Amino acid sequence: MYVAVKGGERAIDNAHAWLAEERRGDCSVPELSVAQIREQMKLAVNRVMAEGSLYDPDLAALAIKQARGDLIEAVFLMRAYRTTLPRLAGSVAIETGSMAVVRRISATYKDLPGGQILGPTFDYTHRLLDFALAAEGDVPAAPTAPATPGPVPHVTGFLNREGLIEDTQRCDTTPPDLTREPMELPTVRPLRLQALTRGDEGFVLGLAYSTQRGYGRTHAFVGELRIGWVGVEVEIPELGFAVEIAEIELTECETVNQFKGSKTEPPQFTRGYGLVFGQSERKAISMSLVDRALRWRELGEDNSGAPAQDEEFVLMHCDNIQATGFLEHIKLPHYVDFQSELELVRRLRSEAIVLTEAAE
Amino acid sequence: MTDQAYNFAYLDEQTKRMIRRAILKGIAVPGYQVPFASREMPMPYGWGTGGVQVTSACLVPEDRLKVIDQGADDTTNAVSIRKFFQRTAGVAVTEATAEATVIQTRHRIPETPLHEGQILVYQVPIPEPLRFLEPRETETRKMHELEEYGLMHVKLYEDIARHGTIATSYAYPVKVEGRYVMDPSPIPKFDNPKLGQNPAIQLFGAGREQRIYALPPFTEVVSLDFDDHPFEPSKAPHDCDLCGARDSYLDEVITDDRGGRMFVCSDTDFCAGRQADGHRGRLSAVEAVQ
Repeated sequence: MYVAVKGGERAIDNAHAWLAEERRGDCSVPELSVAQIREQMKLAVNRVMAEGSLYDPDLAALAIKQARGDLIEAVFLMRAYRTTLPRLAGSVAIETGSMAVVRRISATYKDLPGGQILGPTFDYTHRLLDFALAAEGDVPAAPTAPATPGPVPHVTGFLNREGLIEDTQRCDTTPPDLTREPMELPTVRPLRLQALTRGDEGFVLGLAYSTQRGYGRTHAFVGELRIGWVGVEVEIPELGFAVEIAEIELTECETVNQFKGSKTEPPQFTRGYGLVFGQSERKAISMSLVDRALRWRELGEDNSGAPAQDEEFVLMHCDNIQATGFLEHIKLPHYVDFQSELELVRRLRSEAIVLTEAAE
Repeated sequence: MTDQAYNFAYLDEQTKRMIRRAILKGIAVPGYQVPFASREMPMPYGWGTGGVQVTSACLVPEDRLKVIDQGADDTTNAVSIRKFFQRTAGVAVTEATAEATVIQTRHRIPETPLHEGQILVYQVPIPEPLRFLEPRETETRKMHELEEYGLMHVKLYEDIARHGTIATSYAYPVKVEGRYVMDPSPIPKFDNPKLGQNPAIQLFGAGREQRIYALPPFTEVVSLDFDDHPFEPSKAPHDCDLCGARDSYLDEVITDDRGGRMFVCSDTDFCAGRQADGHRGRLSAVEAVQ
């Protein structure tokens, strides 16, 4: 008569087998290849790389396949794999000024050196379902033009020459590593940026949106948004110079924020910064807005109590792997604690009932 | 079966060393929450990643591991964690409390008294006992530094004013060696008296919150209370229906939809051991007939 949760082991094995079958879906439909996901679900791959903190499109595509398209689950697979990798070397700081841009826009100037390059964007598409895509077929090739030679200078550099925007101090100290040291608060900007770039896109978007609606308003203009490829260089001690080991695709956003000055700073524009793996512009813009909102203390601004200004609130809750794990753990058995609560409620109720009866 | 692709007990030796340092610091300062660089484990945060990392750092090939969840060896997550270490460390496993050298637990302390040389590893969701009184880590760390625990006593007092009793039935706060207030993890308060003067080493791992804390053997651990409202461990006012134990923590199992229920030991090893020794409960006869 006593049938408790016995046989957990067999249940788990069977559940895994069923999961594998569900992942494959209807076998009469051809199976997705990892390469197909990598090439045709590229923005999902980018998001998984960014939040998984691991630049590897093939592994990200594999994770998406294994996770049945659940991107947070895919990020989790990447993170768990990433932890096991050895740290071979630290790269030289990448130079986004020499990025081979595929997209580069500035909202603060009509035109500027390096030009406005729309690139492959959804921005001006009409969001009408394209039923032609339901039928398979080749896409006509897009028109091409020779790449503009020469570097594409940063917009904030123009403002900087006039002293109109805060100068950022170049700093060559190695930033703290979020994945190798416990987070201690209050923290520093490099660590905040690390946390934001791997933070959940939806969470960071929501916070950024809240600043636009007045919860810690920062009056942001997109000074520049650029997407493209940059080389990653590593110093090889035996050679005595840096060698390019890879090219990665990045999205960088620099916001120019209105600033009337404070007790400590003169009136000038201030900066918010976002840098994300892959083509992830919603995330990069969100990140730069939240970064700017979090800088209230160093700029001598007031803390209005807005969530986006609250470093502890933002950093402790932006990681979707931490969040989803803790949220979903309430599915685990809790019957021992529930039993102790049952007894407490029963006892409190019986005492309350005795008191009510005595009063009558 | 050991997975050759991973180091013994999954974590690399550098990471284990970092965790062992945190453990040693925790043992040196009982009840103090030591920050550590928690790793992303191949199981979700909130599912025992802190406990798993502590166990991984403690295990040696000669160990015999027991894993329980809610006191039971056969609950799904206990099975999953035990399998993980069988796969990555290849250590021997057991369900017998007395035979285990390392026991990883969630929400219970075994009924069978622990002995010297054993390590009990707790999975901890929220290590900060003051968290639900003050959500900010920056504040609660300061409160511990200053030994400022007034807020906790006010909370317990308000419980008494409102309910006539302290309305905390699990994760009941304790004071360690007269210094740190500590969260014993969500064990029922019935288990609190086993925390103090325990011959085993007790280690607490919170992965998501990146904290490790510890109780060395024979530490003084006092459940918070007031002179006129002394701490009372509590359990269901029944005996185990399978083994007749009067002093073990019981689960209530609903047996039909007409209010029928039975009470059984939550510690499955303890209950099975008693039944093997010939102890019988109210419903054992029915079992024997079947």
